[in-house]
Parts: sequence; structure tokens; C-alpha cells
Amino acid sequence: MRSNLNFFSDEKFRSIFFQTLVIGLFALGIYFIVQTTGYNLEKRNIATGWRFLSDPAGFDISFSPFINFKSTDTHLDVYFVGVLNTLLVSFCGCIAATILGFLVGIIRLSSNWLLVRVAYIYVEFTRNVPLLLQIILWYSILIQLPRVKQSLEFLDIFFISNRGIYSPRPVFETGFSYVFIAIILAFISSFIIRRWAKKRQDETGKQFPVLSSSFGLIIILPLLLFFIIGSPMSFDYPALKGFNFKGGMVIRPEFIAMFLALTIYTAAFISETVRSGILSVTKGQREASASLGLKKSWIMRLIIIPQALRVIVPPLTSQYLNLTKNSSLGIAVGYADLVHGFGGISLNQTGQAIECMVIVMATYLTISLTISVFMNIYNRSIQFKEK
Amino acid sequence: MNDITESRKPPVATTGILGWLRMNLFSTWVNSLISLFVLYILFQFIPWILNWTIFAADFKYNFNGEEIVNREMCSRVLDPENGGACWAIIYVRFYQFMYGFYPREEVWRVNLSYLMLAVAVVPLLFDNFPFRKHFLKFTYIFPVIAFFLLNGGLGLESVSTNKWGGLLVTLVLGCTGIALAFPLGIILALGRRSNLPVISMMCTLFIEFIRGVPLITLLFFGMVMLPLFLPEGIDMDGLARVLVAVTLFQSAYMAEVIRGGLQAIPQGQYEAARSIGLSYWQMNLKVVLPQAIRISIPSIVNTSIGLFKDTTLVIIVGLLDLLGIGRGALADTTWLGLAYEVYFFVSLVFFIFTFAMSRYSLYLEKKLKTGINMGAD
Repeated sequence: MRSNLNFFSDEKFRSIFFQTLVIGLFALGIYFIVQTTGYNLEKRNIATGWRFLSDPAGFDISFSPFINFKSTDTHLDVYFVGVLNTLLVSFCGCIAATILGFLVGIIRLSSNWLLVRVAYIYVEFTRNVPLLLQIILWYSILIQLPRVKQSLEFLDIFFISNRGIYSPRPVFETGFSYVFIAIILAFISSFIIRRWAKKRQDETGKQFPVLSSSFGLIIILPLLLFFIIGSPMSFDYPALKGFNFKGGMVIRPEFIAMFLALTIYTAAFISETVRSGILSVTKGQREASASLGLKKSWIMRLIIIPQALRVIVPPLTSQYLNLTKNSSLGIAVGYADLVHGFGGISLNQTGQAIECMVIVMATYLTISLTISVFMNIYNRSIQFKEK
Repeated sequence: MNDITESRKPPVATTGILGWLRMNLFSTWVNSLISLFVLYILFQFIPWILNWTIFAADFKYNFNGEEIVNREMCSRVLDPENGGACWAIIYVRFYQFMYGFYPREEVWRVNLSYLMLAVAVVPLLFDNFPFRKHFLKFTYIFPVIAFFLLNGGLGLESVSTNKWGGLLVTLVLGCTGIALAFPLGIILALGRRSNLPVISMMCTLFIEFIRGVPLITLLFFGMVMLPLFLPEGIDMDGLARVLVAVTLFQSAYMAEVIRGGLQAIPQGQYEAARSIGLSYWQMNLKVVLPQAIRISIPSIVNTSIGLFKDTTLVIIVGLLDLLGIGRGALADTTWLGLAYEVYFFVSLVFFIFTFAMSRYSLYLEKKLKTGINMGAD
């Protein structure tokens, strides 16, 4: 016989009771926060809603390579400029950090004692100093470059000054779209060739020079087409007019500082994951492949790296996520990313903190989620498949 | 000699200095080239950096023997060819770097807190510390003592947190963040692995949300949104608001690390604990968590290093930590343009702390591998 008192020793009842309690408390907390926030917003005369997104921003953004931003554009445009700038520096940083990280990771396993030591010192120093400090340091070095009038010149077309790097800007003329289509077609066809070659090798054992044929397809084919239809591209060269350069393309010091700091900092972490990944492949694998008579370069390509990648890719994913999140530090040097442009200036001008922060956080969550989804797909493709 | 063997040269020496050089620097001609190149760079770079930081540098006096009080008196400004770093800016601002704008007559309180922090932390880190048990009692009450000592109250004059700065803020943020995030992280980790779907889902959502957004957005959240959420009358100062953000941030990362430790505990441990009649909390507190935390300590130290470096982000929301004080010094017109000295000094301080922490984590990993009993007893 069960009395009411014994209900509490029933696991099922207890579990439902606790969960209802937690949901109730949570809902109560949300209710209180909504109430007080509504009251506070009203008292401080802060508007609510999303109408501010279509209001003119009223400020300029110094670095907007994709959208031509004017101060009469809306806060929504500020948001898009910010997202694109965040994605730009994260994308460039991830690629450069991967290359540098793999290089340093391999160097740390090389037989040259001196090189190993130098790489070790690089890793320890960059890992143990705050990234924000490194960004500010790079920025303060870059703005001490010569002024525009005394800018360093390279080949008369590149100019380096404290305002950034000026370089020629490619101007695409009619007909360039064919070249662009050719590049895309080349990528698709080299992908198909790769799959076909792998299938053929699995079935017959015959190999096909995939790398050189895709290289030819992607580089040489569009290049040929480019010259055949009469080079439909020209360059707009920067020229010094008055106090600044006119024309050309400019990479601002804020971007360079962010890019350098993010790359160098993240590469140190990536090099450690690469090193531990390669070390995780047991010595027996190397010896076994050597005893099969494989060449040294093939041992690395066919035996070591595929196995090391399985260990490397999961931590590499989190490094990419970290780099993307760390790109939000651009605010310290005035790089107009999502946090600085939309979450900083727009927020201060409109005072609509909740709306701005919700949008910024949701955007970062979306970016993080997208990166992890793609890296998980890649991760699954390289994991050990039992046949 | 027969036809299946051939005469070979004797193997080259692999011992002694020459042998070592041959093995490690000049094994192939590519290696030799690289070694020579690196040596050349180092011979250029090391004397220059030593000269700049030490031999040609000013510490308190410039090369004329005058005490430096502004940037114009630095040897480097007087003679750009020969002068090195001008450490006088650090010397003059040392008080600010250490304590911020803490009143000078009350500064003994900060010094005492620094000292007590060392007494509280060192026995915690090394389990063969003499009388560790008694020291740990002090470690538990230290946060309370430090709070009243730094903040005032109980007869001590109150010092508002907006006067705090420099290393004091860095250490307060780092230590409090780690100390508060640890229990929160344990609860979140247990919650995420809970059998109750609502609890597990809520913990997972919280952890993944925090890990998906940058710390800076959480700091903005603490600065601009938190005051809106709180009812009138409850007023939090800047440091407390930042601490809330930092603790939430760190607890999510801590939870993931501890969850890793929990997953490494074999199922048999849970079953054994259950079969001797322990409740859920008894099982976790007495059997599972002590083992899980022990194996996750190196990772806990690693995330703590991350947090310690991330405390610099508070300068973006206007708090003056070590880096903030440095930037403040640079904005002062009497010291304009000495950025490298300031950033070098701040980097060095951070490097000392984080490098020590990472060495400690390596030491723990080694200790764990050799299987010596350690930690939470």
C-alpha cells in the first residue's frame, strides 16, 4: 500500500516533480526579468522594436570592401558591413593560420635542433600573451609606419604607409564573366575527376595524376580563355593626390593588425594540435610502410597524414571557432566588424541594447554553428571507415 | 668479402659535440642551409634585443644621469641612434600598474591580499605541501577575508571598485572567475549528463550558447543589458557586472572540461556506487566527482589560462586592468610614444603568470601518467 508521503521515494514521481519545479522557476524568472526590463526601458525612454534598423546610421565606416557604405545608409546596412568584415577577417585568418600552424607543427618535429627551438619559443610566447595585447601591439607598429607622403614604394604600384597598403585594383570589363564561369567549371570538373580517379584506383589499382590535372584545369584553362578573348581586365593604379592616395585598392592597418594577430596567435595553437596529431600515429605504422618499400614522401602522404588528420580535425574545428569569435576584438583597434559597427556604434546611437545584442549574439551563434556543421561533415569523411 | 655484401665506410660519430652538431644541425645539406640561416638571423636579432631591453635601456636615469620624468628625457628620444628602451615609464607608473588608483594610505590592504593569495593558492597546488590540510582551511575562508580587506567594511574604510586597477583587477577577475566558475561548472556538467530531459536540455542550451558567442558580447551583455534586467534599487558596480559575465563564460567552458572527466569514469563506478545504496548526490560527491575532477585538473588549468588572458577584454568595457593602465599611461602626453616599453612590460607580466600555469598543468599531466595519488583529499 502506498501513502501520499511515499510518493517522494518514487523515482518517476520525483523526476517529474523536479523538472516541473525547474520549469516553473525558470518561467517565473523570465517573467520577472521581462517585467522589470519593460519598466526600466519605459523609465529611461528607450524605444523598443526593430524599427531602428531602417533608420539612417549617420556615421561613416572606414573599412567596407564589399559594400559602398555611406553615412546615410541604415543600421541594417551597418549590420551587413559588420558581418562581411567579420567573415572576411575570420576567413583569411583561418586559412593563413592553418598554413602557418601546419608548417610550425611539422617544423617542431623536424630533425633540426635550432629550428625546433625557434618554433618552440614562438609557440610559447604567442600562446601565453593575451590576444588583445597582440592585436594592439601590431596596430601600434603599423601606425608608426611612414606617413602617406613618405610611403614605402614597391615597383611603383604598391604603397605602404600608416594609412594601410595601397595596391592596384583589378577592373573587370565585359567578357570577364566567361573567365569566371570557366574557373567554376574547372573546379567542378576537377572534383569529378578526383572522384572518378579514386573509384578507378579502388577497382583497378591504376593511379591518375589528379593533382597536376586539376591544377591545369583550374589555372591554365581560365588563363588561356582570358587571353583568347583579349584580356578583359585592367588595373586601377593608386596615385598620390594631395594628402592621400586616389584610386587603387587599400587594405587598412586595422585589418592587417587583426589578420596578423589572429593568424599568429591561432597558428601557435594549431601547430600544437598538428604536432600531437602526427605524434599520435604510432611508430609501427611508419616502420610497416617503410618495410613495404614506400618512398618517404608517400609514407607521409598515404600513411601518416590520413591517420593524423583524424586526431587533428576536431581540435582544429574549435580553433576555427575560437578565431572567428576572437575576431570580435577588432573593436579595440577600430576594425568595423559586427561588434564594433553594429554592437558598438549603432547600439550607442539608438540605445536599443537588447535588440542589438540579440542580433549580434544570434549572428555569432549562426556562424559558429555553420562552421561546426561543415567541419563535422569533413570530420566524418576522414574518420576511419570499416569496410 | 662475398658478392652479397659490400664494404661500407665506418659510421660517422654520433657522440661528442661534433657528433651532436652533425646529428642535429647539419644532417643534410638542406638542414645545414637552414641552420646557417637561422643562426645568422639569431646573431642579428639577439644582440639587438638584449641591447634594446637591457644594455642601452634607461631604467630610472638617462645617459646624462638625470632622473627621467617625461619622454623628452629618455635617451631613446634624445639620441635615437643609441638609446634603448625607456623603462622609466614603468618605474614612474609602477604603483598604478600594481594597484590602479587605490588610495596610497590603504595600499597595505592590497599587499596583504597579494600575500594571502599566495598562502591560499600554493598549498592548493601541491599535495605534498607540509600541513596542507590546515592551509586548505585558510584557502576556503580567504575569499571572504580578501573581499572585506579590498572592498572595506568591518571597520575598514570602504574603497570603491572604480579606484581598483592594474594587476589588482586582473587578479581579482581571474581568481574570482575561476573560483566561482568551478562549482557552477560542476553543476552544469552534472546537469548536462542528467537523466532528466528538461535539466539536461537546459544545461546543454546554456553551455552551447555561451560557447557559441564571443566573450566580448557577454561583457556587453553584463554592461548594458544586466542593469535593465535588475529591479530598481539593486545597483551593481562595473566590476561586479563584468564578474557576472566572466563567471558565466568560464563556467560553460569549465563544464565541458569536467564533462570530459565524467565521461572517462567507467560505468562500473556508477553501478558499484549505486549497488551499495548511495543516492545520486552521494554517488557523485563521494565516488564519481573526486575521480573525474582529478583527471580533468590539467584541462581545468588550461581553460583557466585562457580566462586569465581573456581578462584583458575588460578594457573594452572601460575597466582598467593591467593593459588598461598601460594604455592610460600611453595616452598621457608626457609619455606619448613609448608604446613598445609598456606593451613589453604588460606582456611579460602576463607571460610569467600564464607560463607558470602551463608548466604546472604539464607537471600535473606527468604526475597523472605515472599514477601517483594526488589531489582532492
